[in-house]
Amino acid sequence: MAPDEGAGGFNRRVFLKVASAATGAAVVGGIPGIVAAQKPPSFPKGTKLNILEWVSFVPASDVEFKRLVTEFGKLAGVDVTVDLINMNDLNPRIASAIETKSGPDIIMMINNWPHLYADGLVDVDDIVEEIGKRDGAFYDINRKINIVDGRWKGVPFSNGNGVWNYREDWFKEVGANKFPDTWDELRKVGTALKKKNLPIGQAFGHSLGDPNSWAYAVTWSFGAAEVDDKGKVVINSKETIEAIKFTVAFWKDCLDEGGLAWDDSSNNRAFLAGTISATINGASIYFVAKRQFPEIAKAMNHAHMPRGSAGRFYYVGGQEHTIMKYSKNQQVAKEFLRWFMDRPQYEKYMTANDGYVVGPTPYWEKHPLWEKDPKLVTFKEASKYGRWTGYPGPPSRKASEALVKYILVDMYAQSIKGMKPEDAAKWAESELRKAYA
Amino acid sequence: MADQRIEPVLAESASRGASAIPAAAPPIPARGRAVRIGQLLEREHVLACVLLAPTLLILTLFIAYPFLLGIWLAVSDKVVGRPGNFIGLENFRVNLNDTIFLRAFQNTFVYTFIATILKLTLGMLAALLLNHHFRFKRIVRASMLLPWIVPTVLSTLAWQWMFDATFSVFNWVLMNVGLISKRILWLGDGTLAMGCLIAVNVWRGTPFFAITLLAGLQTVNPDLHEAAEIDGANAWQRFWRVTLPLIKPIMLVVVLFSMIATFADFQLIYVLTRGGPYSSTHVFGTYAYELAMRAAKLGQGASISLFLFPFLLVVIVFQLWYIRRSD
Repeated sequence: MAPDEGAGGFNRRVFLKVASAATGAAVVGGIPGIVAAQKPPSFPKGTKLNILEWVSFVPASDVEFKRLVTEFGKLAGVDVTVDLINMNDLNPRIASAIETKSGPDIIMMINNWPHLYADGLVDVDDIVEEIGKRDGAFYDINRKINIVDGRWKGVPFSNGNGVWNYREDWFKEVGANKFPDTWDELRKVGTALKKKNLPIGQAFGHSLGDPNSWAYAVTWSFGAAEVDDKGKVVINSKETIEAIKFTVAFWKDCLDEGGLAWDDSSNNRAFLAGTISATINGASIYFVAKRQFPEIAKAMNHAHMPRGSAGRFYYVGGQEHTIMKYSKNQQVAKEFLRWFMDRPQYEKYMTANDGYVVGPTPYWEKHPLWEKDPKLVTFKEASKYGRWTGYPGPPSRKASEALVKYILVDMYAQSIKGMKPEDAAKWAESELRKAYA
Repeated sequence: MADQRIEPVLAESASRGASAIPAAAPPIPARGRAVRIGQLLEREHVLACVLLAPTLLILTLFIAYPFLLGIWLAVSDKVVGRPGNFIGLENFRVNLNDTIFLRAFQNTFVYTFIATILKLTLGMLAALLLNHHFRFKRIVRASMLLPWIVPTVLSTLAWQWMFDATFSVFNWVLMNVGLISKRILWLGDGTLAMGCLIAVNVWRGTPFFAITLLAGLQTVNPDLHEAAEIDGANAWQRFWRVTLPLIKPIMLVVVLFSMIATFADFQLIYVLTRGGPYSSTHVFGTYAYELAMRAAKLGQGASISLFLFPFLLVVIVFQLWYIRRSD
């Protein structure tokens, strides 16, 4: 079988054929001829475009992105450059670019950043509406984080979902033939695993991703939230106290006690070293295992976040591309994003990512790569359960303040260290009131 | 020759008076201009101004302007992308009601004072040792500086590995020699994590103290020690009554520099803990960064950074006054 053929008969060639036909049929607005012809327009000689992206966790992704950018440059006659920087350095670069009104024309953003930097961003409703009409509605998470005061400020780009990575073999040894579907079931299995010195791993420190993946998802799945849909602080509730009690019990019964000292890479190392049996993470553990520890790749699988009394939730930090208001090349920037997000190009980008990122609309769930490796299917399904910072309220600046103060994470961490759940909920309420003042 | 050409013109102008200067004076030749500049530079206050100008320009651009901008931001509600409005001391009021800020305040003082005292003590001991003659002295002196020379982020990443919850080399050693049976979570407890941060800061900063104090020790005249020894002073008395008073000015300068740098520390803490666990290791630098950069609240962040300015100013003024008085 050719490497790009899907197991279910829906291979890449068919996918592209369908994609191209759909593209030609669905195009409206913008520059229809360009999109239908799958090529960007030409711009005056000397036109430049600078794009700022993070360094991807998948090296092949950066290679493919740069290749696509070069391709666009040649087709459009534009001198395009890409700067790749560490994810942690994006915030300062964006702040200095907006304040000095100079810098990249397009900046990749994460999470709800379009809300933080809305005043420095160009409206991109036209591009997003075209994509939506062609590929279907965006996931809720991508809509919420990119729409500010009714205008699209970012073009949804992708979601890097963190799901449960677990050792299927060890779960079977304690009688779990599939990953538990509820938090209580997971606690039972986790207790048995920890007794065999195979604890589950979860970070509760101040790293960017993993601690929030637990704190927000567990809070929501127990029916609690930081604020209601109007932005009123409602954290001090019996649901929150239940979520805290559960987390403390889960910590004692199931988790590796190193979690309070972990950063975002600690669980990757621990899982690959065989010291933990499960953890919430992106596909990076699996990719490294496939390359360097094939026996672990074979023994592991991925599963959804368990359900709580209120359902199944993920804390998803989506990614988007934004065009800067100070840019003198806004038209080229728009054409690049229009061209890049078009199916033939985006399909190649997704293929290079090999399942690490998921497209921003359910259309991309049909991509054949998901059938190539069934162990990655969970990632594509996670976006629909994804919620944003400040859910069910808006993902506003205030929600960001609560996030960077790690109020939810610290509410759980302090309880783990011995604070009474009721006191921890009260503390979180007091801190959230200040953040949402 | 140049003087002969220019002097009549000047003399003529002077004799006519200022109002009598012709509207279209003949252009001064280039060489004549150079001579005139040379004469100007001979005046002491002009030369002083010219020599100071580059430094003043650099200080204005890179110190005074950012500092004044920081003060403006601290009293404004500035967020990224929006013009800020003057809000007086509101940001400072908010800080004083913020439990995370108050913890950062306490941590900054604990971190600075403990680290500075330890760096001074260890630096002095190292300097006293290095002031003696022994084999490979030069190599030892040079290698002492390594922790200070290596980029902070790089060395801190190495420390991060050594403090790792799962793979800590300290735990491995302690377990293998039978001192512990359960791993120590170096960065998993607030107090212990603060201890680790201070330890790494001391490791990095001690060489600066040692080398600077060593330079001070080498200026102490050995005759003074000999005289004290003849008078019956023991080693401690010689150090306390001869060495220390003589190197006190340099010691105070080193302490001053170190305190300022430690108060403003950021990289080490951000790499090791990012203020966690449960915001127990935040200092002003890390908390200000989180609010200013990750929540885009530039005004609030600046107010946190500037919170210690009055205190530092008092420390600096006092120390400089003390040094001048000692001189």
